[in-house]
Parts: sequence; C-alpha cells; structure tokens
Amino acid sequence: MVAVPGLPPRRAARPPVDPATAAARATEAILRDTLHGTARGVVVDSPPGAGKSTLVVRAALELAAAGHPLMVVAQTNAQVDDLVLRIAEKAPDLPVGRLHSSDADAYDKALDELPQVRTAAKASELAGLGIVISTAAKWAHVRGVEPWGHAIVDEAYQMRSDGLLAVAGLFERALFVGDPGQLDPFTLVGSDQWAGLSYDPAASAVSTLLAHNPDLPQHRLPVSWRLPASAAPLVSAAFYPYTPFRSGTGHGERALRFAVTSDGSGPDRVIDEAGASGWGLLELPARHTPRTDPEAVHAVAQVVRRLLERGGTTVSERAPEPVPLTADRIAVGTAHRDQAAAVRAALAALGVTDVTVDTANRLQGREYDVTVVLHPLSGRPDATAFHLETGRLCVLASRHRHACIVVCRAGVADLLDDHPSMEPVQLGVTIKFPDGWEANHAVLSHLAEHRVATAP
Amino acid sequence: MSLITDLARLEAMASGRAQPTATVRHRHLSARPLVFVPLTTAGETGAPLGALVGTERTAPRLLVVPQPRDRDLRFAFLAELAEIVLPYIGSFADDVEAAERTETDPGTGKRVRTEAELCTDAPQLIVPNRAGIAFVRLLGRSMRFRRTAEADPDSPYPAPPAVPLLGRWLTHFGERSRVPGSALLLAMTDLLTRHWATGQSSLEDQHLGALLAWLTAPPGTSGAQAAHRAELDRDHHGQLLCPPAGPATDPAFDNRLLAPAIERYDRARTALTTAEDGVAADERLGAVTAAEYEIRALVDSRTRPTWDAVWRGLDLLCRLPEGAHVADRWTRDRWSFTGHRDRVLAGEPPQPRRDDAVTAANKLSAREREQARLDAQEALDDPLVMAGRQLAGEAFAGEVTDVVMTHSEGRRPSPRPLVTVRTDDRPRLTVRAKVYRSLAGRPQTAEVVELIEDRDAAAPGAPGAFQAPGGEGTVVVLRVTDKMGRGRDPEPGSVPEKGDHVLFTLFEHDQRGGPKLPDPEETPWTHGGPPGDTAEDPDPVTAEDLL
Repeated sequence: MVAVPGLPPRRAARPPVDPATAAARATEAILRDTLHGTARGVVVDSPPGAGKSTLVVRAALELAAAGHPLMVVAQTNAQVDDLVLRIAEKAPDLPVGRLHSSDADAYDKALDELPQVRTAAKASELAGLGIVISTAAKWAHVRGVEPWGHAIVDEAYQMRSDGLLAVAGLFERALFVGDPGQLDPFTLVGSDQWAGLSYDPAASAVSTLLAHNPDLPQHRLPVSWRLPASAAPLVSAAFYPYTPFRSGTGHGERALRFAVTSDGSGPDRVIDEAGASGWGLLELPARHTPRTDPEAVHAVAQVVRRLLERGGTTVSERAPEPVPLTADRIAVGTAHRDQAAAVRAALAALGVTDVTVDTANRLQGREYDVTVVLHPLSGRPDATAFHLETGRLCVLASRHRHACIVVCRAGVADLLDDHPSMEPVQLGVTIKFPDGWEANHAVLSHLAEHRVATAP
Repeated sequence: MSLITDLARLEAMASGRAQPTATVRHRHLSARPLVFVPLTTAGETGAPLGALVGTERTAPRLLVVPQPRDRDLRFAFLAELAEIVLPYIGSFADDVEAAERTETDPGTGKRVRTEAELCTDAPQLIVPNRAGIAFVRLLGRSMRFRRTAEADPDSPYPAPPAVPLLGRWLTHFGERSRVPGSALLLAMTDLLTRHWATGQSSLEDQHLGALLAWLTAPPGTSGAQAAHRAELDRDHHGQLLCPPAGPATDPAFDNRLLAPAIERYDRARTALTTAEDGVAADERLGAVTAAEYEIRALVDSRTRPTWDAVWRGLDLLCRLPEGAHVADRWTRDRWSFTGHRDRVLAGEPPQPRRDDAVTAANKLSAREREQARLDAQEALDDPLVMAGRQLAGEAFAGEVTDVVMTHSEGRRPSPRPLVTVRTDDRPRLTVRAKVYRSLAGRPQTAEVVELIEDRDAAAPGAPGAFQAPGGEGTVVVLRVTDKMGRGRDPEPGSVPEKGDHVLFTLFEHDQRGGPKLPDPEETPWTHGGPPGDTAEDPDPVTAEDLL
C-alpha cells in the first residue's frame, strides 16, 4: 500500500480471519523467510504487545533445532536475562550461553540455577553452544571469533546505527525485530552533521539497514494481545496510521471492576471512567508548573492509592476467575526521571509500595494491567521536540491490558496549537508520520471523551 | 537546562544583573588567541564581505571584498586570510615535546605505548558567536577542494596555493569545535553563557552585544535595558548603534550603505575598463580606490565594535581562575592539533566531504565520551556546578556519622568499610548503586548498602501537603570498595572518618573507551559495505563559478 502523507488510510474492512489465525500466518511467513529465505536480513515490525518476545523465542528455538548456530542481540541486561529464562523454560535441554560483562551482578542470579545455561564473560568460553545471548554493548567488544551463521536482533528500532555497526561483523544474516512506534534512539551530543546520510550513526539500526538493503523482506505482526479492544484502535490510528493492527480480544472479553464504590472524588470518578471505558483523563486546572508539578504528582499518587484501596479485580482471557488488581500490576509512567522520583516519594508517603514508577524509556517493552500516566505536556509553557516525541506518548499509552489513566493539566490542546512542529527539515531524512504534534492531538481528542475535571 | 541555571536566570531577571553559573573558568584560553570577526554577504552563501582578524587587540587586520561576487577578489581575500592564519598556526607546529600515547599494534592487536611528538601549545581561534563557527566550517568546506593553478592549470579561477590548505585547517577547527569541552575554536557567546546566566533567552544570548550589556551593566542600572538598547537602538540614519556580531549584517546597513557603495565601486571599475588613455585611467583608478576605501570603512565600522566586544569578553573570562581539569582537556586539543599537523605534513588528502560510516560512528562515540567527561570534570572543578548536580539528585554531600570496618571474604580479605553518611541532599539512589568520590584526584568507588529516610513522618496524604518529597534528609550506608591499598588494613587517609564532610557523585569521574569499531574497509553489509577508496576529486566547475 502506498502511504499518502497526511492522510491516514481508510479503515480497512474487518479482516475475514480471526486474530489468532492472522497472527499465526504472519509468524509462519516470518519463520519461513528466516529459516529458508535467501535474503541476508528479515525485518519484523511489531506493535505494542504483539508477541514480539514470543516470536523471538520461537525463531531462536527453530533455528537451534535446524542446527544453525545463533547469536541473539538484545539491548539491556534485563531483556537478555528475560530471553534466556523464556528459552530455558521452553526448551529445558537446549544449551544456552549467556555472555555477560565483567561487572559484579552482571546477570540475573536465577540463571545460575539452570543447568543448561552457561554464563561467561568471554565469548570463547561459550564456543560450540547452539545459542549465545548478550547485550549489543557486550557483543560490540567480542573480537576474534568465528562469525555466527544467524543472529536475532531484538528491539532493533531502539538500537542505534553505530551499535549495529559494532556487531554486524559477527553474523552472516539476521532477523531484526522491533517496534517502530516506540522511542527512537537518541544522543546527547549533536549529530546533525550526519543527518540524511544512510548510515547516520544516531539513527536507528533498522533505518540504516533498510537504506542499504531496501529489498529485505519486511513483515509485521498484525495483532496486539496486550492492548484491549478499547485501546488498540486508538493506538493504531494515532501511532501506526499506515500499518494498522487490531486487538486480540474483543469488547467485553476483559473487564476491570472495583469492590468499593466511588467516594465521588476526582480520582475515584476517573477510575470508574477508566474501568468502564479503558481510558480516563483526570484534568487539573490549567497552570504553568515546574516539571515536578506537586499537585499533579499528588493526583497521580492518589489515583494509584485508590486503585489499590478499592479492591480492583480484572477479568481476562488469561484466567477463568477474576484476578485481584495488585500493586505489581500497576505502573506509573512519566517523561522525566525527576518526575518519576517525585511520584515514588509521594507514593512512599502514602504507604504505597511495589508500584512500578518509571520514565517512558524504561517502561518500553513492559506490560501492566493498569497504567497511570503523567502527561508529558502537562503544565508546560512550551512543547519541545522531546515532549512531543511520538514514541514517548506511544510507550506511555500502550503499556496496559485493561485501562490507562492520564493525569494532565488543562490547556494542552491550546499549547499544541501554539507550538506547531518547526524542527528543521533535513535533506535525505525520511519524515516519520505521524509527527508528535499530530499524534498528541489524536490522543487528546480521544481522552477528552473520558475527561474528569477536578479541583486540586 | 538544569534547575540551577533556571534559578540563575530568574535571579538575573529579577535583579537586572547577570548571575555567575561558574566559579572557575571551564575552558582553556590561549595567551595568544587569534580573533576572527567575519562578515558575509546577504543572499549569497559563503561569500565573505570582509573580516577583522589578528592576535593583537590594538592592531587587527582588516580584510575586505569590495565586490563579493567577484571570484578573483574573493580568492584575494582568502589568500590574504591564509597569509595571516597559516603563519599563526605554523608558529605552534614546531615547538614539540616528547609524549607517550597508546596505539593498537597492527600486528598483535594489543594496546602498546609508543613515543610520539606532541606540540607544547596549540592555536586557538575565537569568533564572536555560533554563527561564526558555522561560517568557519563553511569557509573550510568551500576552500579545501579548490583547484589550484598547480593542480589544474586549465580550469578558470584557480585558487592561490595556500587556499586549499587554509580550508583543511579551518575544517579541522570546525570539526574539533563539535567535541564537547574542546577549545581550538570557540564562540565568545558560548564562553560567556557557560560562565554567566542572563535574564534573557538563550537565543537572545547569541547577540554578543546584548549579552555583554547584561554582563557589564554598571551597578544600579538594568542589564535588561542595556541589552534592549544594544539590540534595537539606531542612530538618526536608521543604523544600529551596536551592529550584530555577524557574519550576517543588518539589512538596513546592506540597503542604505553597503549596496550603494558597492554600486559606486562597480561603476568606477567599469569606467576604468573603458578608459581610453593613461591619464584617464589614472584618474579612474583613483576613483576605484576611493570607492574601495569607502567599502573598507563601512566594513571596519561594522566589525570593529564586535572585535572590541570579543576582547572585552576575554577580559571578563580571564578574571576567573582556570579550572583544575582544563589543562587536561587542552592537552587533548593539542593532540588533535598535532595529529592534523602530521596528516598535512604526510601529504594526506583533504578531509572527505562526508564521513564514512565508521568515521561517523567513531566521532559520535568520542563526542559522547567527551561530553560525559566534561560534565564530570566541570562538577569536580567547580562547587557551583557540583551544587547543580546535587540539586538534580546526581551527587550528595554530607557528614560521616559512623564508620564500621568490615572485610571481604576470601583468602586475602580486603578492607570493605561501611561508611554512614547523613545528607540533606536528595540523591536519586538505589541500593547497590555505585557512587564515587574524589580521593586525591582519583575516583574512589563505594556501593550503596542501605538507604534510610531521615525525616519527620509527614501526615500521609493530608490535603495540601505538597511540600517537596524527600523530607529532611537521607542516611546513606556505603561500602567503600577500592583505593585502600593492598593490605588487610586500609591505607591511612583512604577511608573517611567520623565527622568528615564527604561528597559522593552518582556519575563516574573517568570515561571508559567504547568498543573498537571495524576498520572502514571492513564496513559490514548492514552499512553498505566498504566505501570506495578513490580519493575525492576537487570541486567540479559549476555554472555558479562563472557568474
């Protein structure tokens, strides 16, 4: 399909196959290209919660079963440990190597209890194992080894082009998996001088790969198993207008209920709204504030506390019985680390523990039942490129299985209108659609239908 | 921008006076900098109109292109510039000292120490603002591929021989200036805004006149008003009293003064070519010279205030003592200068138009490393910068309230003292995080063992209880893990004692080198494979060259 900039494609008619079949077909095609294709690379775009990790594990197992030595490149140590555990769970007899740094606590100690997992700080000590897994940063230091026939690069859209440059000599061919809608990699120093070059070191690994190898097969996973039916259409339309996906579950298959009835306060009303519709916007009065807006932070903490106090239960396709909504199934997302720290402190003061509070960057790839989001533009006098970044909002709005509650100062729509995108256009750089401005407006106008205004 | 600079800006706004954001000077300043104040022609990219350049405050050289579209005059300008800049650069090239550097041995692949020459000092170019740096880069790019008469006798408009060489040097200065903390090419506005905060936006700070107005407003007057006057006040001819620091000129100057003067110059030249005898030619040559002098006077009048402003900025900066790590960073600049000197001497071709994939990636990672190094060193050198890091939760200072000696397990137990620090800062710490303190200039590492909130229990959730979280203070228990010697007992002075005031940072003080990237000829398929090894040709002749 040819993408027309500025115009989202007309909503396709309901696909004739059910989600499970559609997803299975996509997976089959990906595995066929990976195992039997002739191209040196295969690229898979995966929307939030579309079973990317499952795909990586499955591809790894099939490559190993076919006798192909495989290296797996992930971006963080947590992702690597998670992959090792998943593979070990699926194939208890398969020897797996975990290459780690020489720091103390370089890997999850749970790996030590798995007899088939060998850990080492040197690649040569893992020679001969069917699968070796490590971070891109660690792989970059590996020298003087025989190249692997196959590689899987996980979270490839979050990997920088220079990171791929450092490891690409280690493998013959590779499967690149990632979510194009999440946060782009970044650098704190200027890299404008390379903007527009196909190998711009600050660009994502996938954009460099495709610029040099435009004929590589590209696939995408069509179904989000995480996002509920209430969220998939919005996230798809706002952040993936040219590659739509759908929810794996239908309306009514999931439910979020509360035993304690509302006390009529703002937080309780927005919780009820989110429980019923999947979305809630708790709107504070318009005001310019510092980043760690005390009232907004307090409101976020109150929402989290009431979520826990009101005895929430979730119903989903995963379990026949309702499951209690516990602290570890709730996350708070912010744009900045100091905001996260402020929310953590506020929650600690309320006696709430075990709720994940983190920035969008660190929430990437994670999944919760309910998320509470401090809107990146809340209380700001300006809309900078950082706060408008599409990926940031996309991550924050797509971590939940049941409901997402956004806390925000009023007036963000006006703020957006006052700050049209004005980043310089760089020759040769593919313009990403939608831009953050457009995506922010799309999400805001949807949230406006689930608005609960509150006095501070 | 950090919270502490926001506060400094607000204070500047409220008081009408620029506020210091540093207590020491964080950039090396040469004893003999070359100040370069260029002007460019409106409407034609990279066409210099003139410049003031020199190392003597009282004796700048004025270079002018009376007709900026004339290629011959432009090359004459560039050749003249090369006559000033290249000897200046050359004066640093011969004074060398022996130094060691680590290189990768091509045979074994091991890191080995080798003897090398290092220039004892390096040249330093100072331009008024960031646009000046961009202009230096543009000049470098426009010159380094020029065809000289020697290399290509047939092409029209051959460049004088020194011009491509000047282009290579200006390109090197321009590239080096992208490295955080480097000082081979500096913009005065960047230098001043690093050390002082004004009550105006950072965009407005790029106006050197307005920035200096904030900094030098006499006591009792308003810096904001002085800056406003510097930006906007015009004389009765409609000309700005404080001309912009360039390279772009004020349109009112272009339209009312410069364009008519250039037109008179053009007419005088045309008249000269149509002179029919010697006497008439003499007379008309006089008219050309007069017209040229008129333009020279105009360019001088628009560059001289900026020239003086740059030197006044240097005066202000020289009053600050140099930071402790500045010399270390200047040594890196000296290495950079020496390296380029060697490449020029070895007859290597000019820097390519575009970096290849490996070079670009290497440059990016070097700059990221230098940025982290700069951030750490500035904080260690300057309590005011460190205060900003403490405010941001990236460092904490406090008193040692307890020290308990423990040892590591194993055959040779090493000291692992537990140090308890009470701090009023609010560091963003987690258990097992590493923190660092400076011990006689070297970083000592400790690990966070325990964090205890030390505060009065605030009424949880009380409405309106919005006081900043974090409360009164934090007690941090640390385990010191290194720099205590080899024995069972720590060396004296290597472990803090009860009652000591200590400062730990969450950021590392040193930077580790990144991974070694493949050589350019081994660029992988994902990045387009190895680049071609054909040397780049000089710029081709285009229609624009023959206007």
